[in-house]
Amino acid sequence: MSENVLLEMKNIHKRFPGVYALKCINFQLKAGEVHALLGENGAGKSTLIKVLGGIYKADEGEIFINGKKTDIGSVFDAQKNGIAIIHQELVLVPYMTVAENIFLGREPMKGGFVDKAKMNADTAVLLHTYSMNFTPQTLVVDLTIAQQQMVEIVKAISFNSKILVMDEPTSSISDKEVEFLFKIMRTLTEKNVGIIYISHKMSELWQICDRVTVLRDGQYVGTKEVRNITKDELISMMVGRTLEQYYTREFQKPGDVVLKVEHLSDGDMVKDVSFELRKGEVLGFSGLIGAGRSETMQCIFGLQKKYTGKIIVNGKEVHFKSAVEAVSDGMALVPEDRKLEGLYHVQSVKYNSTIEVLRDFIRGMYLSKKTETDIARKYVDMMNTKTPTLDQMIGHLSGGNQQKVMIGRWLATNPSILILDEPTRGVDVGAKAEIYSIMNYLAKQGIAIIMISSELPEIINMSDRVYVMANGRITGVVGHEEMSQERIMKLAAEE
Amino acid sequence: MDNEITRKAKFGQGTVRYFKENMGIIIAFFVLFVFLSVNPSTAHAFLTQQNMFNVLRQISTNLYLACGMTMVIILGGIDLSVGSIIALSGCIAAACVVRHGLTIPVSLVIGVVTGILFGMINGIIIAKTTIPAFIVTLATMNIARGFAYVYTGGSPVRVVTKEWQFVGAGYIGMFPTPVIILLIILIITGILMNNTRLGRHIYAVGGNVQAAHFSGISVTKVKFWVYAYSGLMAGIAGVVLASRMYSGQPTAGNGAEMDAIAAVVVGGTSMAGGAGKIGGTIIGALIIGYLNNGLNLMNVNSFWQYVVKGVVILLAVFIDFVRNRNKR
Repeated sequence: MSENVLLEMKNIHKRFPGVYALKCINFQLKAGEVHALLGENGAGKSTLIKVLGGIYKADEGEIFINGKKTDIGSVFDAQKNGIAIIHQELVLVPYMTVAENIFLGREPMKGGFVDKAKMNADTAVLLHTYSMNFTPQTLVVDLTIAQQQMVEIVKAISFNSKILVMDEPTSSISDKEVEFLFKIMRTLTEKNVGIIYISHKMSELWQICDRVTVLRDGQYVGTKEVRNITKDELISMMVGRTLEQYYTREFQKPGDVVLKVEHLSDGDMVKDVSFELRKGEVLGFSGLIGAGRSETMQCIFGLQKKYTGKIIVNGKEVHFKSAVEAVSDGMALVPEDRKLEGLYHVQSVKYNSTIEVLRDFIRGMYLSKKTETDIARKYVDMMNTKTPTLDQMIGHLSGGNQQKVMIGRWLATNPSILILDEPTRGVDVGAKAEIYSIMNYLAKQGIAIIMISSELPEIINMSDRVYVMANGRITGVVGHEEMSQERIMKLAAEE
Repeated sequence: MDNEITRKAKFGQGTVRYFKENMGIIIAFFVLFVFLSVNPSTAHAFLTQQNMFNVLRQISTNLYLACGMTMVIILGGIDLSVGSIIALSGCIAAACVVRHGLTIPVSLVIGVVTGILFGMINGIIIAKTTIPAFIVTLATMNIARGFAYVYTGGSPVRVVTKEWQFVGAGYIGMFPTPVIILLIILIITGILMNNTRLGRHIYAVGGNVQAAHFSGISVTKVKFWVYAYSGLMAGIAGVVLASRMYSGQPTAGNGAEMDAIAAVVVGGTSMAGGAGKIGGTIIGALIIGYLNNGLNLMNVNSFWQYVVKGVVILLAVFIDFVRNRNKR
């Protein structure tokens, strides 16, 4: 590894309305190294990357590139300074060819027309150098996700970028493709490119990275050599507290069965699912993405009407035709993807908190503003949501606070059965701990909670029992005492 | 927060916020109004009672449409068919009197119902399919206009009785009837949007359809009723206009949908849906109306008036754009 420093970010500060997203961050990248950027969701990784990429402007701080102070005010500035970012969401044009995508916006010209022959030839050389197995003329839409990622990388390299940022490049590709990706990364570092690598898969760090910088709650925690640090040390740097303080859960003897599901199938993602939920327990649902967990809950909640099997709520068989009916029987579902399925982005915290309980303050044409405010205030306080005012537009809050409003919205309906689908996804550590403690409180009040989660530590520390699903079927149920990552993973991988 | 503050904040809070949010266009309207009042070429005619009522009468039909259009746009949609519905409902109402000898009130109701029916057709198709509202209402726009021509054979259906003119050109007390109708519509629309569950649901569906579905809001019902309401507004505008023009005219309301959209957009409602206020739309319509009036009084060529109107629309949304950008 060469010792020359490519990039230095010093004392970076960034504030959003109501949120201090980056507090005094320092970051250094050397030529030819792979430098991991680690932190929980909401720790500030993506904000820092956006500052580097010219999407956000830092409120304070300096950026040095090759030792020279540089002002990055736009995406164009970033490109000009040799910074290329491969975003988690791919930004290729689907119905254009690989070559057209790579040369988008800087097509080689000949006599006033795009020189397609040159474009394809240049692309072919690039693809060959990195031994890609598709042609420049292939349409991007016909490539696999991994191949599309390769196109992004090749595109970045073709700018002669010296600083390459990869935001979770391995989150949606197979192990074999990951190996190929790592091979390409090594080729790049040999050419003295510096790579900033963001990933949630911690084991990858020891395979590919040289150094790691940890962020937490928007603050700089430290930078370490990867070979000198253990996984446990890294986790405690990220979490900033011991796990016992993190998960609040006082287990108690569960009460009566409040929900019983028998042989539920939706003819697609859900196959013969049966389970029981008791009063005062947290019932975990684990499994890989696409295992049919969310779909199961959507059947129960009346969002998917076509299913076979029995759903029994409080001893009474039900077949909800819409979510309204489920709510009136005391059920609540906080959906998985709050941006897509939950938030009204351009509306206030107040509007978002009360949309489920309009009946409580609107009667015909009479609306009680006071009751509306009181309800919103109550659940904002209860969830400890940090918002400047109730009229704040919810889109301006952090992920954690948005999630707290979402949970509060459903608690306002006084549910006896609460289904939480990935309740802590995209939520910062502090808010996470608070959500756990609320769950504990609710369970103690006798509410029955179903928690779908892809985070095993969360499942293991919070659930009384966990049902594991794979390919639409329940492959096993594990009690709190016998839970271990290995056991759950094994059930999740069952065919 | 203690109760004292809550109570104080509540009093007059809505009004204050209304002025704060619409500051730009309120100032613009004020400037325009003062300018027309003091400018030598318009001052003599502008502030007269007759002119004021005249402008309000002209603005009325546009505002009826804009009330429906505001809801439609907050819902994330668009309704291009309202201009043509004006023609069809006006012609049908007039023909009911002249050709079929029905009483005037019955004929007017039939005209309005025509509008509601067209709105419901828009609503059903848009709610039950994924065909874009733009396309659906583009089609019904042509269908309604076509029916109006077919039904009348292309020439106006004249109604000569004095009673016929009451809704469009008459007075209730000292106020023109269309202005009274406007006030009623504004109050109903305001209550509907701000004080009812349907109103909240419109913002929800326009803001995030998927979330509304997960919230148990019946997205189809909300869409259906909003387009039906827009049709109702077009029906009312149609009979009022036919009354004012002593005839049902198949060419009436040509381009009226665009004026309504302009009022909504100048009033600060985002075409992306999910946010917007009827109060903004009112000012938007007033600006466009008084601007037209001022240009007329100044004897500006009507061809140039189009150019001015276009510039004002661009200016209004541009100011909005700048304000939103600075907020970030």
